[in-house]
Amino acid sequence: MRTRRITVDINGRTYEADVEPRLLLSDFIRHEAGLTGTHVGCEHGVCGACTVQLEGEPVRSCLLLAVQADGRSVRTVEDLAISPDELHPLQQAFHECHGLQCGFCTPGFLMSLEPVLAGADELSDTEIRELISGNLCRCTGYQGIVDAVRLAARRVNARAETEGVT
Amino acid sequence: MKPPPFEYEAPRDLGAALDVLEQCGADGKVLAGGQSLVPLLNFRLARPEVLIDINEVQELAYLRREDGRLHIGSLTRDAQAERSRLVADHWPLLADALRWVGHPQIRNRGTVGGSVAHADPAAELPVVLCALDARYHARSTRGARTLDSEEMFRGQLQTGLEPDELLCEIEVPAMAPGAGWAFMEFARRHGDFALGGAAVVVESDEDAVCRRAAICLLGAGPTPVRPRAAEQALVGHPLTADVVSAAAADAVRDIRPRGDIHGGSEYRTSLIETLVGRALTGAAARANGAAS
Repeated sequence: MRTRRITVDINGRTYEADVEPRLLLSDFIRHEAGLTGTHVGCEHGVCGACTVQLEGEPVRSCLLLAVQADGRSVRTVEDLAISPDELHPLQQAFHECHGLQCGFCTPGFLMSLEPVLAGADELSDTEIRELISGNLCRCTGYQGIVDAVRLAARRVNARAETEGVT
Repeated sequence: MKPPPFEYEAPRDLGAALDVLEQCGADGKVLAGGQSLVPLLNFRLARPEVLIDINEVQELAYLRREDGRLHIGSLTRDAQAERSRLVADHWPLLADALRWVGHPQIRNRGTVGGSVAHADPAAELPVVLCALDARYHARSTRGARTLDSEEMFRGQLQTGLEPDELLCEIEVPAMAPGAGWAFMEFARRHGDFALGGAAVVVESDEDAVCRRAAICLLGAGPTPVRPRAAEQALVGHPLTADVVSAAAADAVRDIRPRGDIHGGSEYRTSLIETLVGRALTGAAARANGAAS
């Protein structure tokens, strides 16, 4: 099988590798880049655990070929925390509201939700449940996750207001 | 759970894409958003020799309104169409149905053309496009061809496209001013494949008498189903509760949805009948609201 040389920007770092066209982006992230924060659940686009951001938009990394990310930028959960000592407000809220138990699904939830938080300070439970409909969690029963999203949205937007950013 | 090996081509413009399609013939498979095809590859239910990735063919990603008609480039992402002011203002039925397509992450990648070419009878877009009398423009190195919904949707996951043809554009006629519309579907969880559904457009005069009706059923058979007799029977009548329930019963008279673990055939038929009734009632309220 012919391989192709691809260059992918992941979290601001450039990764270059020769890959088979059939290599999934999820496997490229985990095995070539060694970033194992992105979890692989169902591998057919149902569970949402492998969600990453491609050019800022949440996508299933198990439904993309690595060759399709050639020359593009990918963001994974490793890039989310503000510093080694400070979690992203969304991560902090998941921690406080018991939005996770085993944590397997968490990276997918975080990467799906992070882009929609800004500008959405008062989310109804229905809206939140629709936002997380593409991510499965087998531990929490979702209530803690819904609470966490509500809390994180408030904090993110309160912070934006005090900083004068919209 | 990993795709089988394949050759990979990523043409950068339409001409190159059509050349590759011609060379590959039945061995080639077009990859657009990949939200249905990649799962099939991962399950190894699809084993194409050559995957023809059209994601670089940016000339196929557009939304335009010309002469009142909507022109959707086949590579337009579902999320782009969902966020489009143009679609929301002039084709609210389409905008409404797009919210039901998969999940946000799926809509960020999935394309309008891909949904048509995949031809899943439980998918929203083929049903809505069929209700709106859309036409489908395909190209090959041999020339251009236009198909209507009946010619496009031939069976479960089967279209009228030839192996060397690429679906390039979907053209949607204008919705009549004041037309009422509704899209309804039922799934156990939002974003899951629906057990049944219906898209409806009705045009009424000032006296709320129906002048034209289009009904298209989701999950009723191997393709989107237009129950023409039920549509015709509505014309000339005000959409009262009795008329609506008779039309809903009429609409499902000849369907035999396939039953499975999620719902038997009888249940699905009854569900679709209920949804047609609700959709007609909703559409009638919107049509009359616009007329009064």
